[in-house]
Amino acid sequence: MSLSKDQVQHIAMLARLKLSEDEYAESVEKLSRIVDFVDQLSRADTVGVIPMAHPLDTAQRLRPDVVVETDERDRYQENAAAVSDGLYLVPKVIE
Amino acid sequence: MSATQLEMHAQSMSELAAGLARGDFTSVELTQSLLDRIAQLDEKLNAFITVTAEPALAAAARADKARAAGDGGVLNGLPIIHKDIFCTRGVKTTCGSKMLNNFIAPYDATVVEKLADAGAVVLGKSNMDEFAMGSSNETSFFGPVSNPWDLARSPGGSSGGSAAAVAARLAPAATGTDTGGSIRQPAAMTGTVGIKPTYGRISRYGMIAFASSLDQAGVISRTAEDAARLLGVMAGFDERDSTSIDRPVPDYLGGLKESIKGLRVGIVRQHFDEGLDKACGDRVKEAIAVLESLGATTVEVDLPNLDLSVPTYYVVAPAECSSNLSRFDGVRFGHRAENAEDLLDLYCRSRGEGFGDEVKRRIMTGTYVLSAGYYDAYYLKAQQVRHLIADDFKQAFAAVDVIVGPTAPSPAFKLGDKIDDPITMYLNDIYTIGANLAGLPAMSIPCGFVDELPVGLHMVGAHFAEENLLRCAHKYQQATDWHTACPADFL
Repeated sequence: MSLSKDQVQHIAMLARLKLSEDEYAESVEKLSRIVDFVDQLSRADTVGVIPMAHPLDTAQRLRPDVVVETDERDRYQENAAAVSDGLYLVPKVIE
Repeated sequence: MSATQLEMHAQSMSELAAGLARGDFTSVELTQSLLDRIAQLDEKLNAFITVTAEPALAAAARADKARAAGDGGVLNGLPIIHKDIFCTRGVKTTCGSKMLNNFIAPYDATVVEKLADAGAVVLGKSNMDEFAMGSSNETSFFGPVSNPWDLARSPGGSSGGSAAAVAARLAPAATGTDTGGSIRQPAAMTGTVGIKPTYGRISRYGMIAFASSLDQAGVISRTAEDAARLLGVMAGFDERDSTSIDRPVPDYLGGLKESIKGLRVGIVRQHFDEGLDKACGDRVKEAIAVLESLGATTVEVDLPNLDLSVPTYYVVAPAECSSNLSRFDGVRFGHRAENAEDLLDLYCRSRGEGFGDEVKRRIMTGTYVLSAGYYDAYYLKAQQVRHLIADDFKQAFAAVDVIVGPTAPSPAFKLGDKIDDPITMYLNDIYTIGANLAGLPAMSIPCGFVDELPVGLHMVGAHFAEENLLRCAHKYQQATDWHTACPADFL
């Protein structure tokens, strides 16, 4: 199945990726080939097969809801490009 | 400098441990000699993203002091390299991406913490495919890594830097991660030992996530004995990883002593189909004959859905990757685009600029297979086929203890040969991906050469049967000497 440029644009928007024109052209071609490749799965007979949810077929462990982390905001914010007064800065959201 | 010092780089971790205990050399001498070797030789390989010389020498000095006082952990003063996917506090942790080129990890991964507690000395962080997405190390933002056996060839990936460095004797061992073959395929291409244990055996805390239901940490070394030694330190329950398994860690090193007499070795007929390079197949068959001569019995087994493992993987892994990598938003850490018009523009441009081609491709593939109208046909279907594949293995392991075969369809390929064709690249992992989908432990060991390039023997075990793999590998290495071969430029 071949993907259209519109479809790839929609996928890129959902994935929050800005692509150049060249990247779009290449993505249409390569993503179409990947989708063709994984389409092989359609020939597998999976009637009544339970989708695998965990590689060891076990359930996720739960833990008590208690505070274990300490406040290390200042250290973590050293990796942010823009902070002020302990807040992360982003472009204005509300006009 | 004494003769023993000259040969330090050629020694395995076990040999180095004995040398340190005897006082042949100190950890500081050992560390300095390997740092010198890295400074001299790594420009040929590009195996390192960061060399941590100062902290390494400081850790070595502490190890020497501990040894003198009769203290120190089981890896006291022994050098190691971490794949740059493991967070190391205060050290740049890039995951091979421009996105994290400025990221200083604020904490240590559990693996990093455990190895440090055992006394290991970290020489640096190794190069890798960007976010571990690749089988050739060519998707790294920091440039490709060369294979020490032929610098024009790829060392495999994604743990290519770790494998190349260990093969070139820049360190006796390194950490790696394996989502579809990223430890075992580079181990095969570089003539090293690579083990990926059972899913959940080693904590994923602080290991930058690619596909969380498949990712597992492991070891690249030159001997099975060293792999056992390191695995024993790295394995174990960690409450900070919700999929970590609470189960005692066996004495892997002690388990190597037992023989493999009567061990049932499964051979998968489909592994030797036309997809496999004939000469590689011959090396693998010769290795199986060695295992038989050591007392193992061979049984033919069937994995009927094997051919669907790569397409299954390329739905499940990108789906999980698209979700995991949504955290990179240019706000809290990582690359941030300049002069964004609004918040959406900030997200889209930070991600568009920060991620490389293959990572974008996988994020988009994952986004597509999870999107409205396609979820059932792709993601749900793939998780069903994944169950079929896991059941095939379960059935096979009712009759055998270990499944052996080739690790990769060919020896190391040339840099540039496959990078433009994602499907050909993906098919490189055909023999390794099944173990990840089923959460099984698997290992690659060197088993000979084709055209002077190493070939890997692949072994898969039942859940938590790492001991069978390590024992099989150790007995094979006692009977053969492929693992002692060193690339000519790195003697």
